[in-house]
Amino acid sequence: MTFVKPAFRHPDAPLNELGRSRQDYEGGLSTLCAGCGHDSVSAAIIDACFELNIEPHKVAKLSGIGCSSKTPAYFLSGSHSFNSVHGRMPSVATGANLANRDLIYIGISGDGDTASIGLGQFAHVVRRNLNMTYIVENNGCYGLTKGQDSATMDTGSPNKKGDINMYSPIDLARLAIEIGATFVGRSFSGDKQQLIPLIKAAISHRGFALLDVVSPCVTFNNHSESTKSYEYMRGANTDMPVDFVPMRQEITATYDSGATCEVCMHDGSVVRLYKQDNDYDIEDRQSALEATNHYAKEGKILTGLLYIQRDSEELHDVLGTARRPLNSMTEQQLCPGPRFLDSINAGLR
Amino acid sequence: MQAKQSVNDFVIKFANVNGTGSASANSMFAKAIFRMGIPVSPRNIFPSNIQGMPTWYEVRVSQDGYLGRRGGIDIMVCVNPQSIKRDVAEVESGGYFIYDSTKPLDLRLIREDVNYFGIPFTDICLREYTDARQRLLFKNVIYVGALSALLNIDFNVLKDLVADQFKGKEKLITPNIYALELGYQYAVTHFECPIGIHLERGHKLAKHIEDFDNILMDGNTAAALGAVYAGATVAAWYPITPSTSVVDAFDKYCRRLRIDPGTGKKNYAIIQAEDELSALGMVIGANWNGARAFTATSGPGVSLMSEFLGLAYFAEVPTVLIDVQRAGPSTGMPTRTQQSDVLMAAYASHGDTKHVLLFPATPAECFSMTVEAFDLAERLQTPIIIMSDLDLGMNEWMSPPLEFDGDFKYDRGKVLSAADLDGMEERFGRYKDVDGDGITYRTYPGVHPDKGAYFTRGTSRDEYAAYTEDGDEYVRNMDRLLRKFETAKSLVPEPKIKQSEMETRYGAVFFGTTASPAYEAIEILEKEGIDLDTLRIRSFPFNHEVEQFIREHDRIFVIEQNRDGQMRRLLLNETSVPAKEKLIPILEYNGLPVTARKIAGMIRNYVTHGNVTPLTRRSATEEISA
Repeated sequence: MTFVKPAFRHPDAPLNELGRSRQDYEGGLSTLCAGCGHDSVSAAIIDACFELNIEPHKVAKLSGIGCSSKTPAYFLSGSHSFNSVHGRMPSVATGANLANRDLIYIGISGDGDTASIGLGQFAHVVRRNLNMTYIVENNGCYGLTKGQDSATMDTGSPNKKGDINMYSPIDLARLAIEIGATFVGRSFSGDKQQLIPLIKAAISHRGFALLDVVSPCVTFNNHSESTKSYEYMRGANTDMPVDFVPMRQEITATYDSGATCEVCMHDGSVVRLYKQDNDYDIEDRQSALEATNHYAKEGKILTGLLYIQRDSEELHDVLGTARRPLNSMTEQQLCPGPRFLDSINAGLR
Repeated sequence: MQAKQSVNDFVIKFANVNGTGSASANSMFAKAIFRMGIPVSPRNIFPSNIQGMPTWYEVRVSQDGYLGRRGGIDIMVCVNPQSIKRDVAEVESGGYFIYDSTKPLDLRLIREDVNYFGIPFTDICLREYTDARQRLLFKNVIYVGALSALLNIDFNVLKDLVADQFKGKEKLITPNIYALELGYQYAVTHFECPIGIHLERGHKLAKHIEDFDNILMDGNTAAALGAVYAGATVAAWYPITPSTSVVDAFDKYCRRLRIDPGTGKKNYAIIQAEDELSALGMVIGANWNGARAFTATSGPGVSLMSEFLGLAYFAEVPTVLIDVQRAGPSTGMPTRTQQSDVLMAAYASHGDTKHVLLFPATPAECFSMTVEAFDLAERLQTPIIIMSDLDLGMNEWMSPPLEFDGDFKYDRGKVLSAADLDGMEERFGRYKDVDGDGITYRTYPGVHPDKGAYFTRGTSRDEYAAYTEDGDEYVRNMDRLLRKFETAKSLVPEPKIKQSEMETRYGAVFFGTTASPAYEAIEILEKEGIDLDTLRIRSFPFNHEVEQFIREHDRIFVIEQNRDGQMRRLLLNETSVPAKEKLIPILEYNGLPVTARKIAGMIRNYVTHGNVTPLTRRSATEEISA
């Protein structure tokens, strides 16, 4: 690394319950383009983990390939990280989670990594309800190879060269809801107020949590006609503000009950959503699909917590694996020893 | 006509229709011979199909303990009219043809030099059973009963086997024994039993089987048991013939051995992945996180896994992969055997990669090498590929009993604990070669609140795991990986060398399932005055013993089951062989396990027509031409 972050720490920097400052959750200096939406997402992850009092070493960061997948180097330097191969992060995360269910798994991917080369693995990690947070930094293009269209690019949206995309887009949030995801949120890298609580809720969710975050590519896909630009998002974003109240904290504020929806999560935390539409039931798949569809037809992008299933069986529940992490099992627990082999041999004669 | 005569030495083949229950009857036949203390090696020759296609079961009975295919058929048991024409043609002169005589045999199928035994299997079944399913299933048991009389199989052994087979379903025992008796009675009533080729218990001690402590087991089950013993807790896989039974068996043993009696929870996890790419990704993720994990696949799966193999090699994540090879390329012949993944496995992935390969030749080695593979993977922090094949993996082999040393302790390799990290004065460098053997220290995620975290990546990095495009750093790292591969030479299983009784400058090299027929071929040739030292390769990278064997011999026959002589090419690539001409390819690649006769024939042919000087000091050529 050519650049080194200054080690200076403000003496009055606030500390969290673990006695760690926000800086303890930072990573290396970003090498992404100035203004890249992905850096805002990294910052939101840092804030979320700091505020949730997560011990950095209890987090495992995983990614695939692309601009987005570089970002785990830019947050939580105290965590182990695995930058795997293109589109294959879900499988590596699955194996890692099987080995040690006690860590927090945060996967970072992009729209190329997830919606094209990795669509297969993405679909199957959703199906398996792996206990992880999966963040797609969605900018509609391939940044690292200089701006080719990705599969999430909207029909009719032009790329930087002016070519209009005529293919149908893949909406990852809708797809995830369809195939059984138990937590699906959509957000915008420019909306920190919404993104941080959403990340906190996603981390607290027991099971697979997808956050599809529109994160503009300032270099290749931020022109005014693009539907993944800052400008477009600011106009089209129909946001449902989100609050996250961690477990054990008292809920103090009161809100207009009509449009507010509170969901008590598995660990006792509460996620609160301020809906645009009162009929929308975020615990109903069909309702969630209809709501996103309704806004899409109006040229709007609905953001917030789109769908949640509070109680679900994550992969370990389905498999019936031991509560103790598999990677902590000892030789005595695992190896049957020579005497059992004698009985095997005897049965084969 | 001369009818073949032999005791405890013959090849019998069953021609069946697949999906009719013949497999369990045939397996009972082979196991009965095994239980009589007579060496036997059965092989399924089956189609990629579930029901209705021709399928064969070939059983070699060898007093001397030869377990490879010999070549040629002495007795054909034909219960499939679809294949009868080719089945008749395949019987050697003087051999026996046992068939269903419910309908008279087409005269064109009558050979002067073959002995025919017609038994009306279908008629017996129609007479005895009313249910269509029973008629189909018991036909198989009836022919085993008839063979019991014709070949002198101990009937009590068969009865015991039936009892074993239907443990828990006792009401099926009596009808099965009855069906055996139907066949037995028909044979003794209509023919002079036993026939010229038959079995005799305790005839004489087998040459290659010192004491009859052997077991009968397939290699896939043995490998699965090896994974259990090695402490594998995660298996991720995608179904593919002929490897599927590895994970099936792992599942079976885990259900028995790995369920916590208190909680009923599993101390293991098995995932059927969406494809082979994902399967290996999961294995890598689990190993990265400190669990022992493996996958099993075949050639097409290894092709897909190449990308991840490169990652595991470069990012240095332990990985165990069992490749049960089948005939390629592409889908090839999915239910036929080959040793044709050697080069792909050795160099899988783009860029400069080399992988450690293990070559088991028996179920006992499938077990022991799988146990060893997990230690090697963690010690070397790299993929270990176990190169089995369909013949070894899916057929039952007589094998020495499985052995496991009670004092054996897992070697988890260079892993730093929290205490190790606290005790370190210098900065932890994930890719820093502290010991000079090319193997660096790693940490498991979550081990320490402040130390030991690093960034695993498939991109180039410095000794502290930070991304770098510095050419010198890259070269240092690549050279260290080469140094690690050099270290591997001292850790992998050494080859098995057998010196000929006669001094010879000529050798034969082989591996895996080619070993059994190769050893037999060497003995055939020895009788003809062609002497060869042999070396059985058991691992890659090749160590100095392989180098030395090549150096010390003038001509080396490299015997393998693929078209392109892949092991020969690997030897040319990875040893200091001075000239290509020194290594002579001896190849069989028709998808059936190579026979001893074929190997002997090819070497003999080379010696007699290859314009080479006699291979030993004896004047061999005269004897051969005689």
